[in-house]
Order: sequence, then structure tokens, then C-alpha cells
Amino acid sequence: MLEGYIPIFVMLAGGAAFGIVMVKLNELFGPKHPTEEKYTTYESGMEPVKSARERFSIKFYMVAVLFILFDIEVVFLYPWAVTFKGLGVNGFITMAVFIFILLVGYYYVWRKGALEWD
Amino acid sequence: MGMEILVSTAKFLIVMTVILVSVIILVYLERRISAFIQNRTGPNRVGPYGLFQAIADVVKLLLKEDIVPKNAYKPVHDLAPIISIGAALSTFAVIPVGNTIELFGTTMKLMIADVNIGILYILSVTSIGVYGITLAGWSSNNKYSLLGGLRSSAQLISYELSMGLSIIGVLMISGTLRLDQIVQHQTMYIGGWLPNWNIFLQPVAFITFVVAAFAETNRLPFDLPEAEPELVGGYHTEYTGLKFGLFFLAEYANMITAAAVITTLFLGGWHLPYAENLGLSAFTLSLLQVLAFCAKVTVILLFFIVTRWTLPRFRYDQLMDIGWKVMLPLAIANVLVTGLILVL
Repeated sequence: MLEGYIPIFVMLAGGAAFGIVMVKLNELFGPKHPTEEKYTTYESGMEPVKSARERFSIKFYMVAVLFILFDIEVVFLYPWAVTFKGLGVNGFITMAVFIFILLVGYYYVWRKGALEWD
Repeated sequence: MGMEILVSTAKFLIVMTVILVSVIILVYLERRISAFIQNRTGPNRVGPYGLFQAIADVVKLLLKEDIVPKNAYKPVHDLAPIISIGAALSTFAVIPVGNTIELFGTTMKLMIADVNIGILYILSVTSIGVYGITLAGWSSNNKYSLLGGLRSSAQLISYELSMGLSIIGVLMISGTLRLDQIVQHQTMYIGGWLPNWNIFLQPVAFITFVVAAFAETNRLPFDLPEAEPELVGGYHTEYTGLKFGLFFLAEYANMITAAAVITTLFLGGWHLPYAENLGLSAFTLSLLQVLAFCAKVTVILLFFIVTRWTLPRFRYDQLMDIGWKVMLPLAIANVLVTGLILVL
């Protein structure tokens, strides 16, 4: 059963190998002229102010959490969609209830302002 | 087992060569078309009509110094472009570029991996590509890179939702995750004349999917991660040489894959309407179908390019609003309406 996946493993390995070879080729052919300024962090030509390891907006975290919630729902929908024709009306109503519950959560998230960017 | 690996390696090499050559042509086309739209000449010095410009660029990037800033985290800084390009190149594995073909006395399917989870594979490998961008932004230890990487990952995961949801309508109609069977399902005709392509059955899903594909490939009007006026180069600010080139390559390879997926899911894949009634030999028909597939992909790519040079960029809040408040409800509504119609 796993045999069908051999091409996929070859593909993933090949893609990664291509990337590694390219990076190595660049290291091999590229010149090396290190200077102090060249290796400082780029900040529009100014002296870098503090580090980039700083706190950033909570919004990105919110998006990530919401993404996980909704993506799990999408994953649940996939097997349902594939077997949809065999499930009939019953299957449709069950999933409609599931999506309705999710939409209530979506409405709540929207009203709470988690989707606002300003 | 050994034979299997050999055959797949050969197929991989062919596909990779095709993708890389297509990227070179695509970059050339993009620069020429943008020049045409902006009333410039564009590249015209290297080779006839500037055809070899992209190759010259690759050689130039190869001979550039590979600069890793001293504050950057080197292992991850090296790893990020490899993840990006690996994901971009391997997505193509499950896309059927044609029907079965007779070669050397054996019949084989014109796709690399014939697995029963085709679409899931595409979605998951595309999501791995997000890691490349996020890690590049974080490991550079540069504020512009960090912000670009964060924006990009937030954008990609937001639009991944509507992308996944718009595919569900197609799955409900065809009842399988196998891409070749989804294409097979589209070779029928509605009322005896209109091709049974999913674009006619699922127009809303088609639109949401195309918009999401634009966002997933970081193309204008959704190319916020590298908005030059605010963030310099975005996540690849601190990259030089071929490592930068790999991000560039991954972007264009992703574009080609996105166009191929749109073709497979919504435009009938390799199906060339009415060609099966012409009475051609099986081999000619297969070749024609591969050409039809390439033609469809090319048309979508040209659409991508022309869109980039005619529309302005969104603001970031507008981008997230469209993703969460327009595309997501639209895609969910599409699933419900499709289900209702199929049940009735």
C-alpha cells in the first residue's frame, strides 16, 4: 500500500537535494570578502537599534489560533465531502448542524473584534 | 522497489527540468509584459530579444557572495530557502498532466505519484512552504524580515482556509480525492455540448480559489510580505546570491503549480473538448491532451502576470478583511449551497 508513495518520497528528497546543491554551489563559487559593516544587520543604512527578538503584535497570534480552529473544521469536512453522495439527506443535515455551530463561533469572534486590524 | 525508485527519479528529473525551464520563460515573459504595459522596452540585450536574460541572472546570482549577517541564526538561515524550494518543486508530484499514454509497450498514467490523497498532499506541502518564509523572516534577526515573515505567514494561513473550503465543493461533486479521477469526472458533457468542467458547476468556488491562489503565491494585489516602500524586501531582505534566487525560484514554481491545480480542479485538466470524437489514434490524442493542459496553464499564468501589472496593492487590514470576512463566509456558503442542490 505504501508503494504508491515512493514517488512522493523521491520528489520530496529531490526537491530538498536541489535546494542543498544550489546553496552549496553558491558557497563554492561566490567570493568571500568579509568586512565588519557587511555583516551587520541591514536597517536602512542606520546603526541597528536593539535586536529583532522583540515582542510583536498579538494580532498575529490571534490569527494563528483562529486558523487552527477553522482548519480543523475544514479537515473534518474533507471525508464528509468525499462520501457525500452516499450519506444522503441525513449526512447533509448532520454537517449543516456542525457548520451552524461553527458559524455561531465565527459570529462571536467577529463581534469580539478579533478580525479587526487597525 | 528498486525499479520503482529509478522510474520516479527519472520522472522527477523530467518534471524538475520542465519546471525550471518554465520558470525561466515565465520570468522573461513577466519582464517583457510588464515593460510593454509600462511603455518600456524591458530586457533586450542578452541573446535575441533578451531571451537569455534569466539565465544570465542565475549565473550572476551564483557568482555573488553568500552573506549571512553575524546576528542571524545560520543553520535556520540556510535551511529556510531549501524548505521553500523543496516544497515548491515537490507539489507537482500528484498533478495529472495527461491521460494514460502508451510508451514502450506499457500503458502509464501521466502523473508522478498515483496516490489516493492527491488534494490533501497538495494542501499539506503548500503549508510546509509557509515554514520556509516564517523561518527566513525569524532567523535573519532583522526587523524588516521579521515583520515580512509574520505578515506573510498570517496571510498564507488566512487564505489557506478559503482555499481548502473552496475545494470541498469540487470534492462533493466528484466524490474522490484522486486528481486523475476528478479530471476524468470533468470529461463528460452537460446537455451533450457543454464540457462538464467544474468552473461551470462551481463558479463561486472557482473565484474564491483563484483569489486564494493569488494570495498563496504572494502575487499582487496580495504581495504584502515584500511591500518595498515599508519593509524593503520583506522576509528575504538579508538574503543574497543563490539563496535569494531560491526564494525567487520557489515563488515562480509555486505560481506554475497553482496554475496547474486551478486547471486540474476547475478547467477540466487535460480534457480537450470534442477531441475524443475526431477519431485520432490513442497516442496522438494523449499528446493533444498534454498540449491542452499546457495551454490552459499558460493562459492562467498570463492572467497572473497581467493582473500583477494592472492592479494596485491592498493595505494589510484590507487583505485580512477580505480573507476572513468575505472569502471565508463565501466559501462556507458555497459548501452549504452545493450540498443543498446535490441533496435535492
